[in-house]
Amino acid sequence: MINKLVIENLRHRPVRTLLSVLAIGVEVTMMLTLVGLSRGMLEDSARRARGVGADIWVRPPGSSAISFSSAPMPEGILRFFEKQPHVVLASGSVIHPIGGVSTVTGLEIDKFNQMSGGFNYRSGGPFEHPDDIIVDERYAAQHKLRAGDKVRLMNRGWRVSGVVEPGKLARLIVPLKTLQDLTGNTGKLTQVYLKLDDPKRTEDVIAALKEKLPDYQIYSIEEFTSLFSVENVPGLRAFIGVIVVLSVVVGFLVVFLSLYTAVLERTREIGILKALGATPGFVLTVLMRETALLALVGTALGILLTYGTRWLIMTLVPASLTQMIVPDWWPIAGAIALAGALLGASYPGWKAARQDAIEALSYE
Amino acid sequence: MSEPSIIAIHDLYKTYRLGDVEVPALRGVGLEVARGEFLAVIGPSGSGKSTLFHVLGGLTPPTAGRIVIHGKDLAHMTEAERTKLRREEVGFVFQKYNLLPTLTAHDNISIARYIAGKPLETDAQFADVLDLLGIRHRLHHKPRAMSGGEQQRVAIARAIVNHPSILLADEPTGNLDTKNSTTVLGVLQDLNQRLGQTILMITHNPEAAAYAHRIVQMRDGRVVS
Repeated sequence: MINKLVIENLRHRPVRTLLSVLAIGVEVTMMLTLVGLSRGMLEDSARRARGVGADIWVRPPGSSAISFSSAPMPEGILRFFEKQPHVVLASGSVIHPIGGVSTVTGLEIDKFNQMSGGFNYRSGGPFEHPDDIIVDERYAAQHKLRAGDKVRLMNRGWRVSGVVEPGKLARLIVPLKTLQDLTGNTGKLTQVYLKLDDPKRTEDVIAALKEKLPDYQIYSIEEFTSLFSVENVPGLRAFIGVIVVLSVVVGFLVVFLSLYTAVLERTREIGILKALGATPGFVLTVLMRETALLALVGTALGILLTYGTRWLIMTLVPASLTQMIVPDWWPIAGAIALAGALLGASYPGWKAARQDAIEALSYE
Repeated sequence: MSEPSIIAIHDLYKTYRLGDVEVPALRGVGLEVARGEFLAVIGPSGSGKSTLFHVLGGLTPPTAGRIVIHGKDLAHMTEAERTKLRREEVGFVFQKYNLLPTLTAHDNISIARYIAGKPLETDAQFADVLDLLGIRHRLHHKPRAMSGGEQQRVAIARAIVNHPSILLADEPTGNLDTKNSTTVLGVLQDLNQRLGQTILMITHNPEAAAYAHRIVQMRDGRVVS
């Protein structure tokens, strides 16, 4: 019976109910989209790193594994690596940030192809000129580019020589020499990839390399991709925390205002329930169950909306952002939304429970 | 009228405090009501009728005096005990019907059962009461789809569904036209006669008061006749 009263109360004021559900839904979407974006972009980066086909990843001393800094290594280090036991191929790249989280990567395409198995071209082909650029399908879709088109990056024009399947190291690839010269890194590399004759020897080779190059960051591909996590991006966890807190505040305020007005609107109804012998606990229970139902439906809506935000991102900015659906966060976001909502309902609920029956019955 | 008193009120006082001002609403009321009696309470506005009903219904505690309903003294009851009293001993009928607008007539009646902790299904006798009230065919309608008379009859059904010791009706015909007033008063009279329901009714209308066995008049917070 109490559930029927709760549902009928919510149905009786459809606009208020809809707005509350929508607000809680947006709150949940905010959380899930942010977490999904964080994970999606990190997972995308890790997937592209795995696509290189290297067994070992080397970055210069003092660099961070997943930063875009171009702290350089001398190009000659490739020859050093190729002389090491079990190393069959060494390739290097220069990575140059071009704003936001976007980068341009300079590659020696022949060596990179040997290591990775080569790019899968959707249209066009490899570099033919120093100012050629290869873009992946996502970048091409976002910027409406096709092979042969001109694109302006880093204050100069480039010709798109090919559009490739995404998943191999970078979205924007230019000849290594061009990028080195353009960024003042002539003869230098940002990172180096090593292919071994036997991947099972990875740990032994890393140990040997670390003895010879103690200051360098040397990772197996598994270790390197495992570094693409929320914990390893400075400030990301705190940022997620701030968004979660903001979400709770939004949920709190929405439900507080919604139920505060609902309690005022329903003053006479509360008086009726009290005249029938309803305890303060009964009145509080009705309001809390209403709130819980709003939070539950709002959470479901918020989850559905994350599919919408993912579609929007994939449609509008597929190269800039990648959003994952994060089912493991659904209960967390739901619990946070519920907590915020119940917190918001607590004062109106307390006010309703303590409502004087006689005053409530005379309320117009 | 030889039944023992179901309501016994002696020297009852109720004073409201509005800021720093004390407003005496009841000033020494004395009244006995027998089980099965139909009593009309009349009097001008401000005479204390509604306050007397609120105290009798356990909606507010008395300030002083003794007030016993069905052997239970309200004077020293806690809020929780007065809430229990409203569930078990008292049924209210209000001038403005006071049905829950979100629920059907049936559910308005059921929620009184639910709050009282009783099974939602009513007994055969109550089915007869619904026939007597003439609302059986309107049970699945919400209040907004019902006339004032129908709403008031649903309110009466809700008030007696838990078999309260007393039914308190506060101006039950105050919002009704003559035809519906006659119907509602006839229903109250029937309930009193057929089921022995004790009824106290506040009214300004002498014709309505004439349905009662006895009429008491209040003035300035006291029963004067």
